[in-house]
Amino acid sequence: MISGTRILAIMVKELLQLSRDRLTYAMILVMPVMQLMLFGYAINTDPRHLPTVVLDEDQSTLSRSVLAALANTGYFDFTAEAASQAAVDAAIANGAVQFAVVIPHDFSRRVVKGDEPQILVEADASDPTAVGSALGSLGGVAETALRHDLLGPLARNGDGAPFEIVVHRRYNPENITAFNIVPGLLGIVLSMTLVMMTALAVTREHERGTMESLLATPVRPIEVMIGKLAPYVGIGVVQTVLILGLARLLFGVPFEGGWLALAIGVALFITGSLALGFLFSTLARSQLQAMQMSIFYILPSILLSGFMFPFRGMPDWAQVLGTVIPVTHFLRVVRGSLLKGADLAQTWPSLAALGVFVVVVTALAMARYRTTLD
Amino acid sequence: MPVAIDVRRLNKSFGDKHVVRDVSISVEAGKVTGFLGPNGSGKTTTMRMLCGLLTPDSGEGTCLGLDILRETNEIKRRTGYMTQKFSLYDDLTIEENLLFIARVYGMDDRRRRVAEALAGLGLEARRRQPAGALSGGWKQRLALAAAVLHQPRLLLLDEPTAGVDPKARREFWDQIHELTARGMTVMVSTHYMDEAERCHDIAYIAYGALIARGTVAELIDRSALVTFKGEGPGADRLAPALMLEPGVEMAAPFGAALHVSGPDRGLLERAITRHRGDGLRWTEGRPTIEDVFIHLMRGAEDNFH
Repeated sequence: MISGTRILAIMVKELLQLSRDRLTYAMILVMPVMQLMLFGYAINTDPRHLPTVVLDEDQSTLSRSVLAALANTGYFDFTAEAASQAAVDAAIANGAVQFAVVIPHDFSRRVVKGDEPQILVEADASDPTAVGSALGSLGGVAETALRHDLLGPLARNGDGAPFEIVVHRRYNPENITAFNIVPGLLGIVLSMTLVMMTALAVTREHERGTMESLLATPVRPIEVMIGKLAPYVGIGVVQTVLILGLARLLFGVPFEGGWLALAIGVALFITGSLALGFLFSTLARSQLQAMQMSIFYILPSILLSGFMFPFRGMPDWAQVLGTVIPVTHFLRVVRGSLLKGADLAQTWPSLAALGVFVVVVTALAMARYRTTLD
Repeated sequence: MPVAIDVRRLNKSFGDKHVVRDVSISVEAGKVTGFLGPNGSGKTTTMRMLCGLLTPDSGEGTCLGLDILRETNEIKRRTGYMTQKFSLYDDLTIEENLLFIARVYGMDDRRRRVAEALAGLGLEARRRQPAGALSGGWKQRLALAAAVLHQPRLLLLDEPTAGVDPKARREFWDQIHELTARGMTVMVSTHYMDEAERCHDIAYIAYGALIARGTVAELIDRSALVTFKGEGPGADRLAPALMLEPGVEMAAPFGAALHVSGPDRGLLERAITRHRGDGLRWTEGRPTIEDVFIHLMRGAEDNFH
């Protein structure tokens, strides 16, 4: 016979144990709220108001009308004006803007002559999702932008658009999603393995009681830390080579260069992830807790870093959160160097952010590590 | 005899818990000292301070002639410490565990020394088995072999025989005495009275304070306890009634017999007179070390609560 009393006894015991573990509480209550907020508010696959640089060599009424029409689509925010094509290229390369609009100096004259001149919209298409809708909105712009300017004899009655918008998808002309996702995956894979594995590896020693014996030997705490983390540096390097190799072989992801920036980025990111895992291990009382902490870190890393969803599509608060996440900066370095061939001069802000991450987390981990020994 | 441990007024607190209070202890080299006391009395913490794992809040002294505050690394090099829990790596083989220890202590000729240790343990044939697969008794033997692999001069054992069968315990203690015969100093915490009796010396600690020190015989004599042994039908059932009598500190059945102890002979005799009927035979016996410890524990409770 199944006994209700006995089942109740187990239930009460289970609930008591759950209530003792605050992290599990957090998993049960905070996790759904966090996911709801992120998926509901932060994620947006149709990003609008994307930063755009303008090079208007015409500076005419007509060119301003074209720009106004572009702004009216809601996709383009003119955040900067460039003085030359070189400045345009730089702004796109370092990721300051998503688009550039270049209007040639003879634009008005040729429109009036009925020459159907071209204007150029350049897109940083390394993330196809981020630019897809914006580029899709361009079709109507050429038709309608100058409708109120070209009146009387200039009016085009069914002759098609008075000018042509040429779209130039930089870095990923064929719109291949894998070019964006695969390099990004490097950041996610490194986070998952390195943060989680170190957090577990150190907690395991505490949980099994081997740490105590270890520290009773002449081994110094700092030696324990270095000795335990060093193998994972190797693992991180192997994973990096593996992922990048497969990215090239299977997906044909372009390797434009930027090797130095990439190498520094990978080194900083591996170090920081290990330090973070180590910090978790000094806070966690069990392997389960170490695991839970790692998940709390990795989930936002996947959702808010720009890995899965366009960073610029997120509301401001989510972008602020995303900026605090190290993966965000690592992704910028990896994508920048692989897809754009970005050099140190272009990636240094992200590298600096990763440097800050390494220093802060290492300092915290060391401080915590010291206090837990005595 | 040279002194292996000589510490004075050690104190340690964790948060607002004062775990070790003014413990001063000195141990002669080449002796086995039993460290006894109730659970949570500060035995483990004291041992950890002696081997350099914990820094005392206050106090001073030497361990193997080395300063326990400043020369912890030198102390660790010369000390073996076996923790309560089996703390070798379950997923490494027996041999890998020993090689790891040998490397950590920077020993030379590691392969040969590990091979010797394996031979000494009789584990050569099983050296490729994971340490986690060993039975409790074997785990404990392996842990001891690991703790003495670097030939320490001081061995600290924290409840090494908990949960180990009597034969394995006997062999373990034979080994301890072999080691001390060769000059090693051993400090061992235990709750087993038979093990206490196998120590040269006893240190009794309660509520963080050292309250008795000496050989088993000395502790029994010094306690001035009086013990009567009652035999006869139903003697063992009388324990609860006798516990209520004034002057009876302990009344415990041992099989069919009953041991009654207390510090005051007059009160004790009066108590058992009242239970002389029913064909019970009372004889005076020598208090056991267990009687003494329960007596000490009572005294400590009165002092600290």
